[in-house]
Amino acid sequence: MLNTFRRSFFPAAWLGWQIESNWTDPFMFLVFSIVKPVASVMILVFMYRAVSPAGTDSPIYAYIYLGNAFYIYVGAVMAGASYSILDDRERYRSLKYIYIAPISIPLYLLGRAVARFITGTIAVIITLAAGVFFFGLPLNPLGVDWLTFFAALTLGVICLTCMGILLGGWTMTIRTEPWFIGEAAAAALYLFSGAIFPITLLPGFLQPVGFLMPMAYWLELLRRAILGPGAAAFPTLAGFSNLQLFSILGAITIAFAVIAMLAYGYFDRVAREKGLIDSYHNF
Amino acid sequence: MTTITSLTTPVQPDRGWRLFLRTILARAYPRLIGQQREKAWIFFETFLPFLATIGYIYVYRAIQAPEDYIGFAVIGGAMTAFWLNIMWLMASQLYWEKESGNLPLFIIAPNSLMAILLGMAVGGLLATCLRALIIVGLGAWLFSIPFAISSFLQLFLVFMLTMAALYGLGMLLASLFLLFGRDAHQIVQLLQEPVYFVSGFYFPIKSFGFVVASAASLLPLTLGLDAMRQLTFASGPALGFLSVEIEIGALLVLSVVFIAAAKYWLDLVERKAIEEGTLTDRRR
Repeated sequence: MLNTFRRSFFPAAWLGWQIESNWTDPFMFLVFSIVKPVASVMILVFMYRAVSPAGTDSPIYAYIYLGNAFYIYVGAVMAGASYSILDDRERYRSLKYIYIAPISIPLYLLGRAVARFITGTIAVIITLAAGVFFFGLPLNPLGVDWLTFFAALTLGVICLTCMGILLGGWTMTIRTEPWFIGEAAAAALYLFSGAIFPITLLPGFLQPVGFLMPMAYWLELLRRAILGPGAAAFPTLAGFSNLQLFSILGAITIAFAVIAMLAYGYFDRVAREKGLIDSYHNF
Repeated sequence: MTTITSLTTPVQPDRGWRLFLRTILARAYPRLIGQQREKAWIFFETFLPFLATIGYIYVYRAIQAPEDYIGFAVIGGAMTAFWLNIMWLMASQLYWEKESGNLPLFIIAPNSLMAILLGMAVGGLLATCLRALIIVGLGAWLFSIPFAISSFLQLFLVFMLTMAALYGLGMLLASLFLLFGRDAHQIVQLLQEPVYFVSGFYFPIKSFGFVVASAASLLPLTLGLDAMRQLTFASGPALGFLSVEIEIGALLVLSVVFIAAAKYWLDLVERKAIEEGTLTDRRR
């Protein structure tokens, strides 16, 4: 068991890091790491500045900024698992070799997710630093509840990893345009997660989708940890205590872990039966 | 008898402008028809930009922006379809062709690379127009956007000039991507959000201030979007960067410059391919 973990997880994490970072020189990688997330958040900053007279002191500004910054993890960790499968199957055409190696594929995917988590963390830190130094984000490191922050971050990332394994397994069974799966899931959840606007702004019939997803609770906990009492200005989840939010997030994480485990087994069987492990499409 | 005659008559290959036009049509065909056959592409290429646009619309709702800003976001969202088309299906196309082994065939064929890329541009433009129209239509329907078009003629002119400059830029980037390395996939990703930001896809670029907005105007979509918003919304002129007439003139200049630069670099690509023989090497 430990041997399988050692053989699957660590090489996958190292391989993932190499794929993420060695396509260019360190300077270009640094530029890539800075420019993309900062540009993404600057769109929101300038949208806000173009309209709102309240300035950066308004709670909604920090709400939008932090939600967008931490949502980077969703694209990196959750959608990343889908891209890992596709990279291995379609681009490097190595998935079949990985499959016959004495490793555990879910653990391998977990390792690849760690690499994306690291690159995601770099992007999140850069985005937050840019917010503090250039865009008036009211983040005081001395005022952050670090325990709540790290507990929420860890739980959220575990949940995203489970969702990623679910998505990765599904991706293996998709024959037509599998590239869109990860992107579509991340884009759809962006809308329903309350990352950049409160879920209560959505039409009533769509709001339950947002409340079923873990991101809303996860982002709320992160905002509360970082902003302190200021985060209570958003009424969506204001009625819940931190403990309640942790409980909900924990329950959703366990649910996704079980679903991911069962679903991966199913998707794996379908992919083997249909000969999709070594098939290439449109690459 | 007729069949025998037709088989023995030597086929006259097209040359000059006839070959150029036929190449454009031949390369436009898969873009226009082939892409419509791929239903998943149509859905996702429309659906994904529209989802992002809806997100930005709700941000404007959250900060209680005037209704015209929601229209700004929808127009910006529609134009992302063109930028994605330029980056994924124009700029990186020759790189993909190299990866899939078709590039040597393109280069040794008697037609010009310029005609091949123009074909991609024409087909891609028409196919992407459909997606952009769907985004605008859905946005207008779902969010009751208050359009107030002041001049259809100018709007058409702005759109066509923006597309000419944009696809000229796409052709230029196609040759540059091919020349400079194996990082096309990452560079395309790198040029996504920064361009959405710099070109003001979701907000008026006037908020940049004159100097930054002028620099951003080197990208055709910046001025194109600004002019389209001025011509489409009641509050557009008040939030515009330059007057529409100046922006039309600037777009005309950008079109000529980008198309001429694309021609220069594509000629260079062809020359290098012949002289060095390494351009089509997948390992580079």
